[in-house]
This record gives sequence, C-alpha cells and structure tokens, in this order.
Amino acid sequence: MVTMTIDGKPVEVVEDITILKAAEKAGIWIPTMCHSDTCEPYGVCRLCSVEVVKGKRSRIVTACNFPVRGGMTVHTNSTKVRWIRQVIMELMLSRWPNVNVVKEMAGRLGVGAPRFVSLERDEAENACILCGACVNMCNDVVKAGVLGFAHTGIKREVVLPFDEQSDRCIVCGACAHVCPTGHIKVVVEEYRGKKPEFTLGPKTPIYVPTLQAVPRVPVIDTGSCIHFKTGGCETCATVCEPHAINFAMQDETVELEVGQILISTGFDLFDASAMAQYGYGRLDNVYSSLEFESILNSTGPTGGKILMKNGKEPRAVAILHCIGSRDTNHHPYCSRVCCMYALKFAHLVRDRTDAAIYQLYIDMRAFGKGYEEFYNRLLDEGITMIRGKAAEIVEGNWDSDGEPSLKVRCEDTLVGKFREIPVDMVVLCNAIEPRKDSDAIRRLFSISKSPDGFFLERHPKLDPTSTATDGVFIAGCAQGPKDIPDTVAQASSAAARILSLISKGEVEIEPIRAMVQEEYCSGCKMCNGLCPYGAIEFLEEARVSHVNEALCKGCGTCVAACPSSAMTGHGFTDQQILAELAGLMVESNS
Amino acid sequence: MAFEPRIIGFLCNWCSYTGADLAGVSRIKSAPNVRVIRTMCSGRVDPAFILQAFQLGADGVIVMGCHLGDCHYQNGNHKTIRRMPFLKRLIQGFGIDPRRLRLEWVSASEGDRFAHLVNEMTEEIRKLGPLNLSVHREERQQAMHA
Repeated sequence: MVTMTIDGKPVEVVEDITILKAAEKAGIWIPTMCHSDTCEPYGVCRLCSVEVVKGKRSRIVTACNFPVRGGMTVHTNSTKVRWIRQVIMELMLSRWPNVNVVKEMAGRLGVGAPRFVSLERDEAENACILCGACVNMCNDVVKAGVLGFAHTGIKREVVLPFDEQSDRCIVCGACAHVCPTGHIKVVVEEYRGKKPEFTLGPKTPIYVPTLQAVPRVPVIDTGSCIHFKTGGCETCATVCEPHAINFAMQDETVELEVGQILISTGFDLFDASAMAQYGYGRLDNVYSSLEFESILNSTGPTGGKILMKNGKEPRAVAILHCIGSRDTNHHPYCSRVCCMYALKFAHLVRDRTDAAIYQLYIDMRAFGKGYEEFYNRLLDEGITMIRGKAAEIVEGNWDSDGEPSLKVRCEDTLVGKFREIPVDMVVLCNAIEPRKDSDAIRRLFSISKSPDGFFLERHPKLDPTSTATDGVFIAGCAQGPKDIPDTVAQASSAAARILSLISKGEVEIEPIRAMVQEEYCSGCKMCNGLCPYGAIEFLEEARVSHVNEALCKGCGTCVAACPSSAMTGHGFTDQQILAELAGLMVESNS
Repeated sequence: MAFEPRIIGFLCNWCSYTGADLAGVSRIKSAPNVRVIRTMCSGRVDPAFILQAFQLGADGVIVMGCHLGDCHYQNGNHKTIRRMPFLKRLIQGFGIDPRRLRLEWVSASEGDRFAHLVNEMTEEIRKLGPLNLSVHREERQQAMHA
C-alpha cells in the first residue's frame, strides 16, 4: 500500500493500480467515455486527463491507464484539466452533435455550443463516436478478433476485415451490448422461412436452471457461452468473488457398487411439428404444453403474464387435447395427464386474462380423486367445451376488419356442425412418450418394453414396480404415462421394496441353475466360453468344469451345448423337456 | 378330415413366451397348431430336442427368442442363431424340408407378431403336408426285414 494525494485528499491505495481506480476509491469522479472495466484501458477519448504534479513540474496524463506511485500528487479539477476536457468535448460535439452520450457528458462538464466546425459532422443520433469499446470487447474479452479500426485521423472507422461478414464472428452481440450510442445492432434474419425463436428458456449462457434447483447454483450452457467458442470472455469468472467458476470442469463418470437400481428416467414430450396441420414451430403463438407451462411460471420469460409474441394479451385461447396420443398415426395410448392439466391451464388463463377459452377434447377423462369436481368447477367458470378434435390451425382474421389471428377449424360433434373459431393463442396437449434413449437403457438392464415403448413391469396388476431383472425397479413415466399422485405411489412402493431387501440383508435367487455332473464331464471346456456371466470355471486338478451357482442365471446355453450331457439345468433338464415333448406328441397322436 | 399340422414351438421365457402370453390376454386369435415348450432362453434349445420333435412326429418346429440385442442373458440368442444353419442342413439330410424348421424373434410386447407367425407357420406346413417321417421309417424297416 502506498499513500498519494488526489485533489489535496490523502488516499491509501495498492501501488500500480490506475489513477482512475484510486480516484474512484477516494470518491472523486473523473469523466470517461471509452473506459470499460472489462477491457484493458485504452486511453483514446482523453476525457479522463488529469494533472500529475512532481516537484515544480506538472504533466497531463490519462487517468485510466496511468499507474499510481507512492507520494504522487494528482489534480483532477485544475484549470488546465478543465480547459483540456472542454476542448475535447467541443470537438466531439462539433462532430457528433446529436449523440446522447456526448450531449450528456457535455452538459455535465458545462460545455455549451462548440466553437469549431467539423468537416466530418454527423447528425445521426446513433453515430459511431470511435470510442473503441466494440473493438476492445471483440479482441480482448470475446477474443473473436473480428472488429478493428481502419485508417487514421478523421478517416478513422470501425470495420470488419475486408468489409465483409466474417466467419469468425460468433454473433455474440457483445459489441452491440457495449456500444454507447447504439450504432451496432444485431439483426436477426429469417432463416429458411423460419421465424426467429421466441426464447422460453434461459436468456444468457450462465443461468440458474430453475428457482427450485437443488443445489441452487448457476450452470453454463457450453453451446452458447462465448468462452467455449473463442476461449475468451470469462466475464463471469472475473466478477465472481469466491472464484467459483471453473471452465475446465468436465462431466464425470462415477462408478458405484450398488445392489439395487430404480429406473425413473421420465418421459419425452411428443414433438407436435410432426403434425403439420397444427402449425407448431411454423405459426406464432402455437405452444406445446411445457412451453405454456413456462409462460405461466412467475419466473418465466413473461413473469407469469399470458402474453403473445407481440406483447399483447390474447383475446381467445384454444387448448387442444390429445396431440399425438389416442391417435393411430402416432401413439394409440392415452397420456392420462393432459385432460387435467388442460383444465388447470384454462383455470389460470381465466384467472389472469379476460380471454375466451375453448377446450377441444375427444373425451374428458377426469378419473382421479377430486378431478371430476375440478372439471365441474371449470364448467361453471364459463369455459367453452367443444367435443371434437381440432382438424387444423390456420392463419386467419379475427373479424371482418381483417385483423390477423389464428383460426381453429374443427367439428363440434355435440352440435353436429363444422366450426371455425378465431383465437390468438393455441396450446397443444402433447403426448407423453418414452425417452429417446430408452432402448439403450432397456438393454443395459435387460428389461423389456411394452407395446407402447415404456418399460415393462413384471406383472401389470400384481407387481407394477419390479422388472424381469432382479433388483431393478421402475417408477414414474418411465413405466407409462401417469400423474404426480400415481408416480409418488409407485416410487414409494419401489423404495419400500428396495428397503425390504436391504434390511433383509440377503437375496433369494431363482432355483433355476446349471450344474455339472462331474462323473460325465470330459473336460472339453466347450461350456466355459459360452457362459455370458463367466460362471463356469475349469477345475484343473479334477479336469472338469464347475458352475459357480451365485453367478449362474440359469439360461441353459451351456446345457444345450454340452456334448457329453454332463451339464444339466435345474427345472429344465433334458429329460424334463423330452418328456414334455413326448407328452405333447402323444396327446396329438391320439 | 383336413390335415392339421402338429408344430412344436420352443419359446424363451423372457420375450417370446411373454409375447405369447400377451397374445393370449389380448385375445388375439391364432391357430391352435403350435404346442409350446418353455425354456429359459432360446440358447437352451438343444438341437437334439428339435430332432426328437421331428422323430416323434412333429410336422414343424418353430424356435422363438428375443430380438438380437434384447436377450435377457446378454447373448443367448446369438448362440441359437449359430446353431440353426447347421441344423437346417442336417434335417435336409434326413429328407426333411428345411422350411419345417424356423427361427423367429418375438419380443414381450409383440403379441400380434406371435399370432401372425403362428398362423403363417401353420399355413406353410399345411401346404407342405404331413411329414410322415415315422411312416417312412416303418416302411424302411419293413423293407429291411422282408
């Protein structure tokens, strides 16, 4: 620490920090135009000029990049400094008279109409003032190195290399973010006719996944984080005081030795863009159920307000049931949860907006405890229930005035009429479907799937949580579509089953095992290589094979292969199967 | 009376037998000609069982296992698939049409596939006619004694 004097005030600071930082600590304001805490000091605007006195001599330096020394005396508001700043401001004003940041700074420094006439006068409000913030951001922080200065003097300008769109630009928008005048804009162009995404997810690459996340720490999306594109930025790491951000962190594979496994891998949502008639992904304001759930969330993109893309409240909302479920073209099964959450959606829309609500359903399935009562309550809330699956969603007009909106075309089977209903927003109740990688999981644990693709339980009524593989249990939507109460019930049951085995301390194994009749074994070792579990070992001394009964699962492959019939399988011996065969043939012969 | 083929089906416990069970509980109609013997794995099906079935007068044998990659015992069905081509050549040597022996994969969820395969196999054997291996043998034996 060294002591220095700023405007007659003694300040104790760390040596080598800049005068600007020292003045900030002393509570003294120094005007800056090109300075940014995230970039290296640039010293191009010269507004931060201060007077450094040493003995009888004084000199003018830029505070943003001049290091502090012990015993230094600095004047930030002397006549000389004020005069320099005024001239700088007058020159800037004469060139960019309408730029807000320049006008504000001039006002703050008490500079009126400039005495100069600039040859390069630019009347634009968003003119480039050549502060270099974008260039420094692009080169020092983002490390993309796309922007740069060209020419010198009054011809100086910010350019892209060869004045062309550069492949190295990652469109991070940092330059537009730091530009003080709004000269740089990020333009989102339509891409192959697809409109720009309305982000319902996180808006920055570093974010806390949900407010309820445990542990509640931010995560980094490596796909959109600038650091993972250019190796630069690290802004979050510089502002994080406990230094908790570690870019080098990798996914870890942890090997655990466990006795039992509960598979509760959940579900995927049916992608409604496969049903082009509903316009999902093509038309604005057509949402999947989970997207709408995120709109309703108070921590969501609209703060829980139900708004359309243009920021207005919808005048009518249609909720379409059975999108992809109860449909022979997609999933024949019923997704079970949609009817009730569709009613919940309707209730919340009614609560938060004045919109008319249409539910287009095939059958209402309010099957659970208190569900039918909720359905009846909703009917009293004035929701229009239309029995009939929507045929398509088209772009149409709200009324004869020609104001654009969406239109739901459907047949109201209770009235027996074809209807076209103008709405502003459509919510699709997508089917619940098995996870995309469920086949890989299934094979990993040697369990089966039912015709709908969900994991198969051991018995549909008597054993709905265990599987064909001992010690492997399933719960939740991995086993089939179900709501929260059913999931909790099944998961609790599975947990109880697991605990009962743990407290017992030992596992009962099936009696179906292979066994070697050693007196017949010729020691050919044919069975040894066949066993998928490595349960057969060869006893060198006795020259016979031996089955480890704890490892053997009883498939019987070795029994079928044994040339000496020395291997037998309990429950499925050769004699038993041949007797079965003979019995079948006798019966049919008679 | 029309010829009713007698077919022996060897079904693995985890996929095909469960699939057959599903066909049953789903009330899917299929030909009653396939008589099922359950084994834990299609890999347990000793080629001798198949030969014995033909010898005892079966007109066809169908072996069903899990789809490749789905075996409950990791790769038991790979062992079955290796045995089948040899066996088909062997039965040809005995004068048995190789179409009378089939290997098929039926998963636990494919009740309809099980029923379809049973019907298909029954129709095919019906067209091929009875095997009559025992008749040939008796004829041969009589010829030898004569």
